Amino acid sequence: MKLQEYRSKEILARHGVALLEGIVATTPAEARAAAERIGSPVVVKAQVLVGGRGKAGGVKLAATPAEAEARAAEIIGLVIKGVTVRTLLVVPAAEIAKEYYLGLILDRASKAVTVIASADGGVEIEETAKTNPGAVLRLPLHPLIGLQEHNVRRVAFFLGLAPEQRKAFGPIMRGLYDAFIASDADLAEINPLVTTPGGELLALDAKIVLDDSALPRHPDLEAMRDLAEEEPSEIAAREAGINFIKLDGNIGCMVNGAGLAMTTMDLVKLAGGEPANFLDIGGGAKADRVAAAFAIILDDPRVQAILVNIFGGITRGDEVARGIVEARATLQRTVPMVVRIVGTNAVEAADILRQANLITADSLDEAAAKAVAAALAVGGGA
Amino acid sequence: MSILVNSATRLLVQGITGREGEFHSRAMLEYGTPIVAGMTPGKGGQSALDGRVPVYDTVAEAVAETGANASCIFVPAPAAPDAMLEAADAGIPLIFCITEGIPALDMLGVYHVLRAKGVRLIGPNCPGATSVGEAKVGIIPGDIHRRGPVGLVSRSGTLTYEVVQAMTDAGLGQTTCVGIGGDPIVGSSFIDMLSMFNEDPETEAIVMIGEIGGDEEERAAAYCAREVRKPMAAFVAGRTAPPGRRMGHAGAIISGGAGTAESKRLALEAAGIRVADSPSQIPDLLRAAGVR
Repeated sequence: MKLQEYRSKEILARHGVALLEGIVATTPAEARAAAERIGSPVVVKAQVLVGGRGKAGGVKLAATPAEAEARAAEIIGLVIKGVTVRTLLVVPAAEIAKEYYLGLILDRASKAVTVIASADGGVEIEETAKTNPGAVLRLPLHPLIGLQEHNVRRVAFFLGLAPEQRKAFGPIMRGLYDAFIASDADLAEINPLVTTPGGELLALDAKIVLDDSALPRHPDLEAMRDLAEEEPSEIAAREAGINFIKLDGNIGCMVNGAGLAMTTMDLVKLAGGEPANFLDIGGGAKADRVAAAFAIILDDPRVQAILVNIFGGITRGDEVARGIVEARATLQRTVPMVVRIVGTNAVEAADILRQANLITADSLDEAAAKAVAAALAVGGGA
Repeated sequence: MSILVNSATRLLVQGITGREGEFHSRAMLEYGTPIVAGMTPGKGGQSALDGRVPVYDTVAEAVAETGANASCIFVPAPAAPDAMLEAADAGIPLIFCITEGIPALDMLGVYHVLRAKGVRLIGPNCPGATSVGEAKVGIIPGDIHRRGPVGLVSRSGTLTYEVVQAMTDAGLGQTTCVGIGGDPIVGSSFIDMLSMFNEDPETEAIVMIGEIGGDEEERAAAYCAREVRKPMAAFVAGRTAPPGRRMGHAGAIISGGAGTAESKRLALEAAGIRVADSPSQIPDLLRAAGVR
C-alpha cells in the first residue's frame, strides 16, 4: 500500500527526520489559510499516488496567501494520470543548494534492508542507476542487527556531505530506518533530500510503500489508506477477501491462484482479447465468494464475457460448478460465461455447467479462445 | 531418485490439528508420505488423523521421539516465523512453509538464521514438493502426477498444477515438482532447485515456471547457461500485468520497469531455454528437445 506524501512525512517526522511541516488543504480557502499560518512563500503540492505530478502541473510555488489560493484552485480537480486531485499539501518553500536521493528498500536478492543513496537527487533513481550506476550507492544492512553507525557514516561520505551536514544526516538516516522498520515498509524514500544555502539538511518529499502482508498488525497505518484514489471495485474486492485488480479490457477473469490468474489474462491476450481484470478467488471457491467475485467483475460495464478458470486440485469440481451456477442466479446483469474446471469430478462439473447453459472448455487455451469469441459476438472488440 | 523428499523422508507436520493442516496431512498420508509426527502446542499426547499420527507439544520432543527429518508448516502467518525457527532449533534440516501472508521483515531474520544453520527452507507461501510415487509434502494434488524424467520448479501454486497436468496428459512424467513460493523473501531460489535437479541422475529435463517481479528468473537463466546441460523449457506468467501493482503474490510486482515477463523471457531465451506462450506448449517444447 502506497502512502501519500503528507502521511509519509508524518511518519518520518515522528521518527525525527528533519523536514518542513506542512498543512493539508482540500479547498482553495484552506490553502490560503495554510499559507497565512506558514507566513512565507509556500509550495502547493497535489497529493496523489502517481508519479510525475510536477510535470503535470500539480506542484506550484506561491509567494502570497492569495496566490496560494489561486494555485490551489488550479490544482484541485486536476487529473494526473487518471487520478483527480482532491488533497493538497501546503509547505514552506525551501531554497535549495543541492538535491540528494536517500531511500531504503527491501532487497530481494541480498535479502536485506538496503540503503540506496545518490548525490544526484530530485530525479528518478532508476534513471540514475541506469545512466550512471557509479552515482548510486547500494548498501545492504545486516538483517539481524540493522543500521549501524559505520553504515550511516559510509552513506554520508558517499553523498559528499560537509562536516556539519554529516552531523545532521545521522538523525535523518536513523529516522528513515526506524520508520521503515516500525511501519513494515517495502520502500521508504526521501527524494529530494536537500541542503539549503544556509547549510540545513531537509527532507522535501517523501514516499513510503507498506508491505501489505504486515498491514493486519498496523491498524493505524491501514487507516491511512486513501480510498478516494482506489477503484471502488478494488475496495469491494478487498472487503470480500478477493485479490482483484481492474484493467482496461472486456473479458472478465475469475481464477483460483495468482500465477494461474496472470496466465489466464496472458492467454486471453494471446487469443486476441483484452483482460478486464486480475482476479484470484483463493482456495475453495465457495458459492458466496464466487457470487461476490461475479458482482465485482460485472460492475465494470465494459465486461462482455467472463472466463472462469478453476484448477480444483483437491477441491471437488462438481461442488465448484454448483457454486458457479448458484452464484450466477443471483446476478442482476449477466454476460456469456466460459467455465473451465479441472480436478476431481471435472466430468460431473461439465455436465452441471452445460445444463445451466454455460459454455465449457477442456483446456485453458480453448477457454480463452471461446471467451474472446463470446465477447466479440456480444459487442465487438475491446 | 528425486530431490528434496522421498520414501526415506520422516515428516513432521506443524499445525496438524488445524483445519488446513489436518486436511492436507490426510492427503499426504494417503499418497504414502511417511508422516511420523504432528505438533501443536498444548495438544501433546493426543493423536491426529484417526490415531495414526502422534502429536507433540514441541518440535524438539517430536524429533527426539520419532526421528523426524523434515517439517511441513501450516500454522497461521503471525506464528509461522517462530514455527520455522523452532523446527530449525530442533535440528530439522528441511522445512516446507506453506503459510501465506508472512510479513517480509519477519522473513529476513528467519531466512538468515536458517541459512547460518544450514537448514533448507522451501517457501513460505508455497505449495510444497512432490517426488512422484515416493512422497508428497504440502498441498499439491497427488493425482495430477505421473512418474517420469522431468523435474519442475515454479514460483506458483495452481499454475504449477496446470503445467504438471498438461505434462501428465501428454505422457511426460516427473521426478519431483517443487513450488518455491511467491513471496519476495523465500528460503530457496530457482538456482537452488535447478542445481539439485542438475545433479539428480534420474532427472533428464527441467521445467521452470516463473512470473513477473524481482530478477530470480534472470539469475536462473545465467546459471543455466553456465551449469545446466539438461534440456529445459520455461513459462513466465504476467505478460499482461500492469506495472506497480501487486498481482496476488507479494513478490509479483513490476517495479521501476524491472521484473517484466518480457525481460525474463529474453534472459531465458538468451540462455538457450525455450519459453512457452501457454502452459499447454510445455510438453511440445520438451518433446522437441528430445525428452521421452
